[in-house]
Amino acid sequence: MTQLHHAATPLREETVPGGGHLSFVLKRGQILRLTDTDGGANVSMMMLNAHEKSERLNLPDTLKGQHTAKLTTGHCFYSDMGRVLTGIMADTCGWHDPFGGVLNAAETAEKYGQGRYQELRNGFYRNGMDNLLVEMGKWDLGLEDLLMVVNFFSKVSVDADGSFRFISGFSQPGSFVELYAPMDTLIVLTTLQHPMDPNPEYAPRPVQLSWFTAEDTQACENALHTRAENDRALTNTHLFAL
Amino acid sequence: MTLTESSKNPEQAVFRHVIPAGEHYLFEVKKGQTLRLLDLDGNQAIDTLFYNADNPRERYDAQRTLRRQGNVYLTTGSVLWSGLGNPLLTITADTCGRHDTLGGACAQESNTVRYALDKRYMHSCRDNFLCACLHDGRLHKRDIAANINFFMNVPVTEEGGLTFEDGISAPGKYVELRAECNVIVLISNCPQLNNPCNGWNPTPAEVLVWN
Repeated sequence: MTQLHHAATPLREETVPGGGHLSFVLKRGQILRLTDTDGGANVSMMMLNAHEKSERLNLPDTLKGQHTAKLTTGHCFYSDMGRVLTGIMADTCGWHDPFGGVLNAAETAEKYGQGRYQELRNGFYRNGMDNLLVEMGKWDLGLEDLLMVVNFFSKVSVDADGSFRFISGFSQPGSFVELYAPMDTLIVLTTLQHPMDPNPEYAPRPVQLSWFTAEDTQACENALHTRAENDRALTNTHLFAL
Repeated sequence: MTLTESSKNPEQAVFRHVIPAGEHYLFEVKKGQTLRLLDLDGNQAIDTLFYNADNPRERYDAQRTLRRQGNVYLTTGSVLWSGLGNPLLTITADTCGRHDTLGGACAQESNTVRYALDKRYMHSCRDNFLCACLHDGRLHKRDIAANINFFMNVPVTEEGGLTFEDGISAPGKYVELRAECNVIVLISNCPQLNNPCNGWNPTPAEVLVWN
């Protein structure tokens, strides 16, 4: 049974259609739920300190600090300044991918063929890099701010020789993951297929977002005290907020 | 692991420089030149970032590089792709066998998280990167992204585990890269003393460049 740290009623809900992009500040003490309503969705995400945007999600620090190559309940997303941007409070998937990144326009055309606005109108083939760049541009961020992204709802395992293996059909309809923010965190996301998904058809899935107020922020942090590294990163986060 | 030797003669290098343990070094390699990174004393992590010298906002992209080769380790044949989807360099020789690009660079702040809050004042790769960037003037904090750790061993397991292991490098091991465009090379010869990435004893490394 997944333990939830918020009331049933969300502050706000929004469905991002497949291929969409969105950015917003997840405020300190809030929880964001991402729901894969139809199954097989993928969300590529960047996170930044909302007040000092040169402080950004650092996936290498996140992975090495927690000795993991996958992300699930109890894991924190560390910034390059040793703080916790968000932590995973609940997860019915069990695995979110730090490897795959996003495709650019040329890679998208190479994979799915041409899909221009001129013919397809708003069904045109979007690409993760441009979607994230556009969204980051709204906060006056640039190319240099696009770092390694997390791909939620996707699993990529690594074989003994280092080869990647994308697990098709991993996320089931209704799967969800919840992120708790111990500081104000700028979330930038796009809903596109995982770059390693072998499906040759451009068919990105929608994702529902729900915002909640955490009932007990201390209980949320306690749930992230899964290892000493996270305790210290949360201490750094508190010092920043003094 | 497959090892690939190079026939290049160090006597014919157009440029050689020894980076003392724990120091930074920023230099350029021209399109078509070959760069060798030499682990002089063994088990020395060489934290490295690459930029397009003609557009420093364009830099090495770890996720694209791994995705396009379908493998989590870098070795001979690996093309190092940029964030704009262009090849920056290609690894042409490697006597170590594999190199890491997931472990990132040590920083004062990440040392407080990984080891103890009072490790903040130890020297780190991110300090080196920042110092070199700000002196050079073309690069800033926001340009510092996931780097390559040459000669560092970070095995990933099928179950999703990731660890820093003792090095698989040894004295005299090297990796060679051919520049596919004019590149800025930014190196921190890693000063980390809290884990085995430098064999608990940071040592010098040498760079050599051939036309």
